[in-house]
Amino acid sequence: MSAPFDFLDPLVKLEDKIAELEQLSQATGVTVLSEAESLREKLAVESRKLFSTLTPWQRVQLSRHPLRPQSSDYIDHMLEDYVPLAGDRRFADDEAILTGIGRLGDQPVMLVGQQKGKDVHERRRCNFGMPHPEGYRKAMAKMRLAEKFKIPVICLINTPGAVPGVEAEERGQSIAIAENIRDMALLRTPVICVVIGEGGSGGALGIGVGDRILMFENSYFSVISPEGCAAILWKDGAKKDLAAERLKLTGPELKKFGIVDEIIEEPAGGAHRQPVATAHGLKEVLLRHLRELQSLTVDELLERRYQKYRVIGEVRESA
Amino acid sequence: MVLDRLRRATPTKDPKKIPDGLWLKCPSCSKTVFKRLVEERLDCCPECNHHFKMPSGRRIANLIDDGTWVEWDANLVSGDPLGFVDGKPYPERIKQQQAKTGLKDAVLCGTGTMGSHPVGLGVMDFEFNGGSMGSVVGEKLTRMIERSTAAKMPAIIVSASGGARMQEGAISLMQMTKTSAALARHAEKGLPYISVLTNPTMAGVMASYASLGDVIIAEPKALIGFTGARVIQETIKQELPEGFQTSEFLFKHGQLDLIINRQDMKAELARIVGYLMAGRR
Repeated sequence: MSAPFDFLDPLVKLEDKIAELEQLSQATGVTVLSEAESLREKLAVESRKLFSTLTPWQRVQLSRHPLRPQSSDYIDHMLEDYVPLAGDRRFADDEAILTGIGRLGDQPVMLVGQQKGKDVHERRRCNFGMPHPEGYRKAMAKMRLAEKFKIPVICLINTPGAVPGVEAEERGQSIAIAENIRDMALLRTPVICVVIGEGGSGGALGIGVGDRILMFENSYFSVISPEGCAAILWKDGAKKDLAAERLKLTGPELKKFGIVDEIIEEPAGGAHRQPVATAHGLKEVLLRHLRELQSLTVDELLERRYQKYRVIGEVRESA
Repeated sequence: MVLDRLRRATPTKDPKKIPDGLWLKCPSCSKTVFKRLVEERLDCCPECNHHFKMPSGRRIANLIDDGTWVEWDANLVSGDPLGFVDGKPYPERIKQQQAKTGLKDAVLCGTGTMGSHPVGLGVMDFEFNGGSMGSVVGEKLTRMIERSTAAKMPAIIVSASGGARMQEGAISLMQMTKTSAALARHAEKGLPYISVLTNPTMAGVMASYASLGDVIIAEPKALIGFTGARVIQETIKQELPEGFQTSEFLFKHGQLDLIINRQDMKAELARIVGYLMAGRR
């Protein structure tokens, strides 16, 4: 089986060569700048070429890249004076969903972000970004808080799915997600959802109802993982690339269906190459959408939110 | 997404069915029972009260007062937004399901009276592609809920589904939001919504309208949950507890108001609707 990021190898090789040249020039004092420069240009060209022809499955892989910026990175590089708020007031604090208030420019926002974790310990605490019911209830509690004090909500979606498990079922995973979907539909404050990585099914939807749904270029939003789809339809998990293509799970495809409002471009080589620039880019996009949404009355906002979802689906009258 | 498992569990040629069609073998008590007696008992085993899956048409006839049923959006059919092909193109799959069941898709919606209370009713049908929820199910239920809101009627949905329909991708997922948003508006008007869960109610359906009832009722021993048991078992690599994801399991964990036998369902629903609507007079 090939490594998941094989398709990035040509770029990595070029990068290594450039680094080697730079080291050499430092160590020997011999200037090889022009050579390094031409390699850098070649890298930019190759990178553009590769990224303009990514397959859906390659985008799914990039969305799962271990260095891909997570909610905590956006909190660090996009928000100021961040105050983390924990707990669902009922059962526990689920670290798979981070919640807190911060400033986006001059605008206070409630951030609700799924977190996969950056090292072994954090990943275990965050359960690899798979929330339990208490995570969804914590998210809703903080969104209620935001509604009460007229603070817009930013949801950062990045989950392979809600956790599959006995305890999750015992504590009502379905009910927690369903209630969030319903209550977010009528939340009386602007809500912007951004798929920053994986948008895994109901687990994503549990914090994924809003006035705007934005997606990063290399993210996906799907009813089922490509692996799961392949296993069910073709009894062959290896057909995940075919499944990824058939499911139409990338931003541009979902924009055609009216599900996604805007695709956010990533820096050359993908978001994981430049997390800080990526976060700054998202900040500008969010502020633009917030300005639009805040010009509406709350009733207008809710009516438009309702209509946004009302028209999704393809049906016809048969004879 | 548990469809696959359920499908495999019920092979097309059911070996339990005795060929002449007069007798049935109950999968629960294994007794051979007279089919007519099962039908008389609303598709329940006369020996052990096992609740067989009930076709949506028969369900409506059981729940709605005779001669009062008006069906809504009977001719709504699915498009093929993804151009999905798995073995066969999605439109062909739909046609096949239509021929098999005589239904247009996996839900029937309409209005009628239930013990003299006017109600909006949606009944899902597991026989149609595992009761999976795509655009048609989402749209028909949403229209039913919206009309119930406009007419100031209670809404009732009887669920039977493996979850969202994979062949319509994220569009199926968005039907969870569409239906839930319609229920939120229905609730805003102080109108009751009752969710009835039957075997099976799973995944995307359970994580949207099926879980949003003011009162949530299940039939006995129905399979109800979010993630399919096989996926959970593969993940945790442990034995699942006895009776996991049954009605009784959910009841024990505080997620259901009631478990009601099918024979009593109409009377109980009518009584609850009566109580919840009484304050509006």
